[in-house]
Amino acid sequence: MSKGSLTFIGLGLHDEKDISLKGLEEIKNCSKVYAEFYTAKLIGTNINKIEEKIGKVIDILSREETEKGDKILKSATDKNIAFLTCGDSMTATTHINLRLRAIDMGIRTEVVHGSSIVTAVPGLLGLQNYKFGRTTTLAFPEKDYFPTSPYGVIKDNKKKGLHTLVLLDIQADKERYMTANEGMALLLEMEKKLKEQIITEDTIVCTVARAGSSSPTLMADRMSILKDKKFGPPLHTLVVPGKLHFMEIEALEKLAGLPVELGKKLQKL
Amino acid sequence: MGRKEDNIAKAKDLMNKLSRIRNIGIAAHIDHGKTTFSDNLLAGCGMMSEDLAGKQLVLDYEGQEQDRGITINTASASMVHSFEGKDYLINLLDTPGHVDFGGDVTRAMRAVDGAIVLVCAVEGAMPQTETVIRQAIREKVKPVLFINKVDRLINELKVTPEEMQQRFVKIIQKYNQLLNNIVPEDLKDKWDVKVEDGTVAFGSAYYNWAISASYMKKTGLSFKDIYEYCHKDDQKTLAKKSPIHEVILDMVIDHLPSPQEAQKYRIPHIWRGDQESTLGKSMIECKENGPLALMVTKIILDPHAGEIAVGRMYSGKIERGQELYVAGMPNKNRVQQVNVMVAIDRIPVDFVSAGNIVAATGIRDAIAGSTVTDDPEAEPFERIVHVSDPVVTVAVEAKNMKDLPKLIEVLRSISKADPSIQVQINQETGENLMSGMGELHLEITEYRIRNDYKLDIVTSEPIVVYRETVGKTSPHKFEGKSPNKHNRFYIEVEPLPDNIVKALHDNVIPENVKKHKNEVAKILQELGMTKELAKGVFAIRGLNMMADTTKGIQYLFETRELIKEAFDEVMKSGPTASEPCQGVLVRLVDAKLHEDAIHRGPAQVIPAARNAIYGSITISDPVILEPMQKVFISTPQELMGDASRELNQRRAEVKDMKTEGDSVNIDSKAPVAEMFGFASAIRSATGGRVLWNTENVGFEPMPKHLQDEVIKQVRERKGLKPEPYPAEYYLD
Repeated sequence: MSKGSLTFIGLGLHDEKDISLKGLEEIKNCSKVYAEFYTAKLIGTNINKIEEKIGKVIDILSREETEKGDKILKSATDKNIAFLTCGDSMTATTHINLRLRAIDMGIRTEVVHGSSIVTAVPGLLGLQNYKFGRTTTLAFPEKDYFPTSPYGVIKDNKKKGLHTLVLLDIQADKERYMTANEGMALLLEMEKKLKEQIITEDTIVCTVARAGSSSPTLMADRMSILKDKKFGPPLHTLVVPGKLHFMEIEALEKLAGLPVELGKKLQKL
Repeated sequence: MGRKEDNIAKAKDLMNKLSRIRNIGIAAHIDHGKTTFSDNLLAGCGMMSEDLAGKQLVLDYEGQEQDRGITINTASASMVHSFEGKDYLINLLDTPGHVDFGGDVTRAMRAVDGAIVLVCAVEGAMPQTETVIRQAIREKVKPVLFINKVDRLINELKVTPEEMQQRFVKIIQKYNQLLNNIVPEDLKDKWDVKVEDGTVAFGSAYYNWAISASYMKKTGLSFKDIYEYCHKDDQKTLAKKSPIHEVILDMVIDHLPSPQEAQKYRIPHIWRGDQESTLGKSMIECKENGPLALMVTKIILDPHAGEIAVGRMYSGKIERGQELYVAGMPNKNRVQQVNVMVAIDRIPVDFVSAGNIVAATGIRDAIAGSTVTDDPEAEPFERIVHVSDPVVTVAVEAKNMKDLPKLIEVLRSISKADPSIQVQINQETGENLMSGMGELHLEITEYRIRNDYKLDIVTSEPIVVYRETVGKTSPHKFEGKSPNKHNRFYIEVEPLPDNIVKALHDNVIPENVKKHKNEVAKILQELGMTKELAKGVFAIRGLNMMADTTKGIQYLFETRELIKEAFDEVMKSGPTASEPCQGVLVRLVDAKLHEDAIHRGPAQVIPAARNAIYGSITISDPVILEPMQKVFISTPQELMGDASRELNQRRAEVKDMKTEGDSVNIDSKAPVAEMFGFASAIRSATGGRVLWNTENVGFEPMPKHLQDEVIKQVRERKGLKPEPYPAEYYLD
């Protein structure tokens, strides 16, 4: 067993105050703090504020440094290291590889959880997390790359009456955050390509903007209505609901402005 | 109105009468008299002054061609000729005779339907004769034969009339034999030439006379008369009685097809689109009122008009102001001027229709080899196959630093006009490389940069271009991981069988696999590939291909194009010396992918697949291939020792040695790298009394003991570390 340790600490969703007390304490015990912000971003804060809050300087790793991992693993062999990420370190992001490699090197590892978009979105919308199927992410299309598997995921979930959490691409280094509008446009484009009538102008979708902040914007309506609505600054998330429980319908009406007549129609189905 | 003007008026009229048009090329071994031949045809038709013919070298219109006495550029010219009471329009495309300019020859062949093959009566069919016949047949261009320099046979070699006849018979037999080795089954024996039916003519381009069986019948002249006239040194009378242009153009009109006849069988051969579509039918019928299809075969740079695209109209008509698309380019091009070419004169016309050769300005995206249409979705013509690839490279620098931007512009422009010149511009290192078919090809291009573009340049010593391949099938699959470690690709490579490499080289297999999936699989199975593998082939790059032999891997299809990008990258620059790969079959045998698309985007998949391909090549006995040349030498007996010594110093392998009279013909093969400077070396060794020429014959494995040194040299030149990476390097 080596002398060092590596603690993965989730910073939560929105600003420097989302970190848990436990996380804060762990950082105090660490001799070096690393962080990566390429997979997500705390919109409500900046590095200076986080450093001020935790009382330590952060060494921010690039995508390449994080993926290669040698820098962080090397210092964790003889030091106690904290590695900060947005949200929850082991949800949606892919830091498990780093943890496994650390274990192989005899480094003690630990995870301090943070709040995650995966629970925040259902929570805000009042949708039951039991009823979600596989999560999917919409990627910014690139030359020779327009993955349509999210469409398939939504289709499979719908078939089973399950909701789909649709995450939207973040390219933090280019300050590019996919908006709910761009996400809906992509889904409609996939429909045009695959033509299975899974996503139409009539499909009901829910949008959540700035989950974790004090001013989240929630909406639920037909795609035709929402696709051109303004949701404000990032980050945005989509949900394509499956079969809705009566309590879920009520919650969407009261929390996300689902039109009552639409709710009634859904009740009958 | 002068005769020339009169002809231009007639030509304009004939352009719309398809049965009265012949598009022809002239193809020959170097020094078999092609330029003189074409000049005399033009002069005979009143397109240039008769006195100047043979001296002016009209088609050799770049000053440099005249200086060097060889023809470099293919120019086109139209002639009017009367046959059996009717006027015909003959569009002649001249082609260079030196193999270093093979690219120009192949492109010119695409534009014509028939060809006159010139063979020297003294030398007979030469290796390059075979090459030019091959080039013609590849484009389904019908050839007829002209045996030139008959006067030399009679006056210099002093053959008897009987010996003369025997020589002719021998040349014709050899020609038909070469032809039948090359033609596809359906044409076997059909395109043979015979003295009796007039598909062979004999004569002297220099003295402006020719004779054929048909013309003998017409005039009553016989071989005996010919012999007599030559013998008496009265070829002037012969030129009056049996002028070359009459005889040859009669032969062309009588035996070579009109565009209408030729397009019927040539279109299915040179265009892979749907033959039943509107465009397909219109081309097969050579229709003027159909969609536009133009194949550009040459870009001429004119100091005033700029870039002029010369090419063959296969369908529709081209007019000034039209908006057209160049295949593969996004923007519309507006046609500015439409011309027909009469030697160096461009004659503006209102339009040029299917079946004719056009010279148009304004199609600025076109390069030699482009397809131009009025529908951006139209299927382009088949890629023109170049008989050989660029094998020699020089680094080019501007003498004055301030000329650097101009140099880049000039290099781009040059490769547009001559796609057999490849240019690599590296903005970062500032090193600009220019590759061509041989030392001479590059020297001429350098001359052009200095003289036509008025740009002072410095060039490095020439170096050869290598290829990389593998010696065996991968002993095991090689794993490539994505940077985030959540995706893995498993690759095996193996040498691609020779017959498939050849089929790729001959362009038998469509390069756009995505579009022609079934056709590709069918051809590959016919070539002996298993059905499973053939169906898995999804990418072709150069002489390499990649197949997916996995089954039912979820989401793999989403990464297909990215894997293809990785494959393209590796094939362009292999792991051993960063040189292009050749003859490699890459197989994707397994893959493990992350569930979510965001974790298997381009930044993850491309490096993973690339490492797997690099790694699997590294474990499969990587081999360096070097370019080879056939070297033919004709030397007087007493100098044979000196000539052989020159060859021996150059790793040459002598294939054959034949004694003919008091000279010896040596047929050998040597690496291009060893042949640099051969011209001056053999000249000084033999006092210039040895005739020789070379021809590129592709790439062959380099002797093992020489490879390491070459790899090191090439890598260091490219700023890489001297040794290639070991396989482990690609594991992580």
